[in-house]
Amino acid sequence: MAEERRQKQCSVSLPTESMKAMAESVGVGQLQEESCAALSEEVSYRIKEIAQDALKFMRHGKRRKLTTNDIDNALKLKNVEPLYGFQSQEFIPFRFASGGGRELYFYEEKEVDLSDIINTPLPRVPLDVSLKAHWLSIEGVQPSIPENPPPAPKEQQKVESTEPLKVVKPGQEEEGTIQGKSQGATPADGKGKDKGLIRLKPRSTHELSVEQQLYYKEITEACVGSCEAKRAEALQSIATDPGLYQMLPRFSTFISEGVRVNVVQNNLALLIYLMRMVKALMDNPTLYLEKYLHELIPAVVTCIVSKQLCLRPDVDNHWALRDFAARLMAQSCKTFSTTTNNIQSRITKTFTKSWLDDKTQWTTRYGCIAGLAELGPDVIKTLILPRLTVEGARIKAVMEGPVVSNIDKIGADHVQSLLLKHCASVIAKIRPQPDNMEQYRTDYGYLGPMLCSHVMKARTQAALQAQQVNRTTLTITQPRPTLTVSQSGLSGSAGSRTPSIIKVPSSLTLMTPRPGTPSQPSPPATKYIVMATSAGASSTQQYEFTSVSFATSTLQPLVKLESGSGPGLTSSRPMQKYIVVSLPSSASSSLETKSSVLPTSISTTPLEAAMKLDRSESPGASTQSPH
Amino acid sequence: THDLILHGSCFPFLNLAHAHFIFKMAAVQGGLADTNEEKDIKTEPSSDGFGNNNANDGRVLSTSPGSSASAGINKSATGAPEDQQTLLAVLQFLRKNKLTESVEILRREAGLPEDSPELKGSDSSGAGSGGAAGSGDKEGGDASSLLSRVTISSSAVAQTSSVTAAGEDQPDVNVVLSAYNQQGDPPLYQVYYSGLKKFIESVLDCHRAELSQLFYPLFVHMYLELVYNNHESEAKAFFEKFSGDQECYYEDDLRVLSSLSKREHMRGNETLMDFRTSKFVLRISRDSYQLLKRHLQERQNNQIWNIIQEHLYIDIFDGMPRSKGQIDAMSGSLAGEGKREANKAKVYYGLLKEPEIELPLDDEDEEAENEEGKPKKKKPKKDSMGSKSKKQDPNAPSQTRIPLPELKDSDKLDKIMYMKEATKRIRLGPDNLPSICFYSFLNAYQGLTAVDFTDDSSLIAGGFADSTVRVWSVTPKKLRKVKSAADLNLIDKESDDVLERIMDEKTASESKILYGHSGPVYGISFSPDRNYLLSSSEDGTVRLWSLQTFTCLVGYKGHNYPVWDTHFSPHGYYFVSGGHDRVARLWATDHYQPLRMFSGHLADVTCTRFHPNSNYVATGSSDRTIRLWDVLNGNCVRIFTGHKGPIHALAFSPNGKFLASGATDGRVLLWDIGHGLMIGELKGHTDTIYSLRFSRDGEILASGSMDNTVRLWDAMKAFDDLETDDFTAATGHVHLQDNSQELLLGTYMSKSTPVIHLHFTRRNLLLATGAYNP
Repeated sequence: MAEERRQKQCSVSLPTESMKAMAESVGVGQLQEESCAALSEEVSYRIKEIAQDALKFMRHGKRRKLTTNDIDNALKLKNVEPLYGFQSQEFIPFRFASGGGRELYFYEEKEVDLSDIINTPLPRVPLDVSLKAHWLSIEGVQPSIPENPPPAPKEQQKVESTEPLKVVKPGQEEEGTIQGKSQGATPADGKGKDKGLIRLKPRSTHELSVEQQLYYKEITEACVGSCEAKRAEALQSIATDPGLYQMLPRFSTFISEGVRVNVVQNNLALLIYLMRMVKALMDNPTLYLEKYLHELIPAVVTCIVSKQLCLRPDVDNHWALRDFAARLMAQSCKTFSTTTNNIQSRITKTFTKSWLDDKTQWTTRYGCIAGLAELGPDVIKTLILPRLTVEGARIKAVMEGPVVSNIDKIGADHVQSLLLKHCASVIAKIRPQPDNMEQYRTDYGYLGPMLCSHVMKARTQAALQAQQVNRTTLTITQPRPTLTVSQSGLSGSAGSRTPSIIKVPSSLTLMTPRPGTPSQPSPPATKYIVMATSAGASSTQQYEFTSVSFATSTLQPLVKLESGSGPGLTSSRPMQKYIVVSLPSSASSSLETKSSVLPTSISTTPLEAAMKLDRSESPGASTQSPH
Repeated sequence: THDLILHGSCFPFLNLAHAHFIFKMAAVQGGLADTNEEKDIKTEPSSDGFGNNNANDGRVLSTSPGSSASAGINKSATGAPEDQQTLLAVLQFLRKNKLTESVEILRREAGLPEDSPELKGSDSSGAGSGGAAGSGDKEGGDASSLLSRVTISSSAVAQTSSVTAAGEDQPDVNVVLSAYNQQGDPPLYQVYYSGLKKFIESVLDCHRAELSQLFYPLFVHMYLELVYNNHESEAKAFFEKFSGDQECYYEDDLRVLSSLSKREHMRGNETLMDFRTSKFVLRISRDSYQLLKRHLQERQNNQIWNIIQEHLYIDIFDGMPRSKGQIDAMSGSLAGEGKREANKAKVYYGLLKEPEIELPLDDEDEEAENEEGKPKKKKPKKDSMGSKSKKQDPNAPSQTRIPLPELKDSDKLDKIMYMKEATKRIRLGPDNLPSICFYSFLNAYQGLTAVDFTDDSSLIAGGFADSTVRVWSVTPKKLRKVKSAADLNLIDKESDDVLERIMDEKTASESKILYGHSGPVYGISFSPDRNYLLSSSEDGTVRLWSLQTFTCLVGYKGHNYPVWDTHFSPHGYYFVSGGHDRVARLWATDHYQPLRMFSGHLADVTCTRFHPNSNYVATGSSDRTIRLWDVLNGNCVRIFTGHKGPIHALAFSPNGKFLASGATDGRVLLWDIGHGLMIGELKGHTDTIYSLRFSRDGEILASGSMDNTVRLWDAMKAFDDLETDDFTAATGHVHLQDNSQELLLGTYMSKSTPVIHLHFTRRNLLLATGAYNP
């Protein structure tokens, strides 16, 4: 390795083309090849020399980043006039241009009008240097205060929880815990090869200091209290504070117990608060949540599929909670699912199983579908689309049949709009262009015609956006990695990826754990059988289904679908760029969807909260969308 | 010419270090002035000549390998030849500058024979002093047969007889000056090198590690020879083939080498100048050396033998060959290890006797008395500290070895405060770690370059990249300026609180900014009495600021290049500075010119530190060595090698016996000053160490690094574990056990704040600072 690198160092020099380009830029044409070669060697050598001197200045400046000032100082050392005015705080935006068979990287220097500079208002004065003192350590122990880094970084948390048995000398562990003072000092274990070693799982203790206990109390109270402002603050704290590692088990239990109790009591508001806590915990980059998924996932799933989540299912908007929880679930599948824990496949199985059950309530049905749909277009394609006919028939029975109960009707209505919303976008992508009402009816039964209109709408929307995107992408040169990452699950198959056939063995590893993997829509029958056999997979999850009190209520207007997952539908434009740019629109459109529900529905506190969580879920959606 | 004569006659009485310095300066100028073509041409040959002189100087200090190995001539070269050598160097210098008259006069005064052969013949001699290839030597037979093909005879063999040696095979001196002449068939270089490689790989294990030391210097010199003689492609091929074999810690130098592929490049390159002008020092056991020599003779491998003779200094010792670990611990510097002789000088590392100060009553007593309602009365009480230090430490320098400033009343008051605080000091140890208070600089925008605390921890000063120096008060006491002269006239000078009255209350603020530098401020240091502040900057100056008026008092100009560090003597008055010009300078605050110049480092002097007794100065350098200099005579008394990167932190233990050093390689090395030995290696940091500090009683060593951590080490244990008897063996090689993990007492991570300064308060609270980098 080192040798290779060195050899590279040895041979690196500027290409002769650069010499030519530079010569041309100062008006010397027709530079001979030999002179170019000689020049390039000389220039490369001098540049290296200057860079080495500049490094000295960087080191003495106590920095890790070489700045243009360092180069200037190095030039001064050599009695060379520094490059005046070449100030750059961060990176230097080199532009690329090609033409005439030559490729060029150049630094764009704009001509600036002096009067412009004079007339622009002065920038804000930067803050002055100030001193701030804090305790890095008190008698050898580092206090966990915000000024100090989190006591256990994520990596360490992971190692602690995933490292299988460590070889520990008997008695050594005790010493280690007593000698907690030397917390940072890596224990010298692992090298001992003495006899009589016992394999022990290292014990991780979660002791809370008094301050931490107070903090925990404050935070949990604020999270479920009545003051929204406080709650926002508390959630912010959970989502960003680095020192929560020690409290994680407590939070996890708090949420799990809280959901258990409040589902029984049908306290929708509290359930929403708890889900928002889950969201905040998941957002915190310093926490390693994997250890507590066994508590968090059942709680989330309960909030998705529970028969009843509120006292008045006819008026309360528990659907929003289900949607939100479903999105949380999808997010955790995406971040935590591995081939070992198979979270996604287990969850999928759980949802499908209860969905398939004829006796399942509409509420649960809604939750299952929402949960599945959030897992991505592939799941929709393989699991939901084949069921559309059956589900359509069921909805038809409720909508057009004799009025059994209003609750059922509302439920069916919600399920219908949910199906339309999620399926339309997927269908728009996989189905060839002419959208024929009748064809849809034969393919999808009762929901066919409505689907057809939704699909058409989705197509036009997508086309529209694609155009806009087309225009805007040209100006956008910087990729925005955050978008692609955060939404990759949804957009995974939006491109022109050919679906690969996945062999379906009759084992638990039926489903591919990752949502992005496209899978061939296999005949539903085989799949269902496999599902049924794997029922035990999620036996640890407990659902509290309580009886639903039926009551009639007003019909809510159909949710207006704006764009579904937007231009991802344009199957003819399989460019990654579009996906990237258009992605936030799916989030924002869901926001819009919700807001169209809002005015008509009876607004209660939990609903408002639900609104908030929707917003908070797609931060910056508006800023990220290109139009 | 009269002036010149005087000047010339003065020369022999200068010490070697000065001569070194002059040569070095010439070299530096030659290296840096390549914009000025004419000047360049002039300085180039001169630096060559001096290079050889330097080498000669070096050689004087001990015997040459050839003579000591086979002829058994013992270390005869000491005082007299040394002077003579210097004299010859001077003569050469004069001769080159066509100052024949001065040459005559100087020669007459020094009593040199008129026609000593090495002074004859060519207009630039000097190197001829080393001429006369072993003609008078017993071992002349094999040596001269070996050297028969050589155009230069090495100066190594003949130095004892240098003056009188007759020159039958008088070398062409010009060839010597061009250090790398054509000495063989370029394509064969690879064969030579791989032949040696094969041989070294085939020798017994115990010798292999020692002989492997040869690889790097040989590689470098062979490569340079190829480049110098314009065999570009061969050089490249040679480099590519063998650069991978070199030890990883030479990577930085190899990078410099790799970029160099033309003879013209060698001209301005300082690193190369170092390779050429200084000899790479190797320590090899006698057995291994014999083995090598026999091999080279058998193979008639003149090529390699020449390089060894010309450019290497082999320090031969009797005894067991060293192990790979031992060698690795000591190697890594730009010019090999320090010679053993270089570390033989006696160093008075003991502390100076504390002046006796009458200590007033303790606080507790006062309180008790106040409670009882008794009036305060001053009764003289003997200070325990004072009485303890009454016995003269045999290792301490005499009180008047260097003149130190008289203690003022305010200093005495401060000493009293210090002693009072000392009684409240926490005793630290592995079970009693210090608390660390971290001062973060916010909004510094990566611009914080240096920090210092006053000894009583009341003030912090920061040097910034924007050329400012800022001073903060970290106590409630605000910073105030002295009133203007007109206002001072109005003060009642007889009043008791006159010191309070002279301060201008209107100027009170928590921080003050000092403007004056025109470049980033890289070094900063408070005077012990808190009246002055020193700052050194990229602009080449060191500035002295008054903390009474918050104005600049003096700008010390002497370094023409960036000044990387400066440090006040613990007794005040003196200070030391070091910079890019490779020279450390000793100054006194009331002299605008330096009192001493410490020259010898082969690269930038990156950090400077005063010994607690003010008699010595330690400097760390980019050449990866640490040198200890005697303030009295400017001699270099210790050379410590072992770091693998530029040294950025130094700390003396409070008892003056030990030195700790930290470098970019992330390691802390501990040195015993008295014996001149490395005694410990503390591994743990992953990035440059910018700060080191011993606790007030020396039990704990704290290190702060770019990797955002403060680490605490058990210094007592590190020093106690040492077998002091081994030192008397004086072989100079210690076997270091790898016990860093046991010595590491704690690691404290900051939140993305590199730790660039540490300070123990008088009560042993550790203060750390750095700029927060969000």
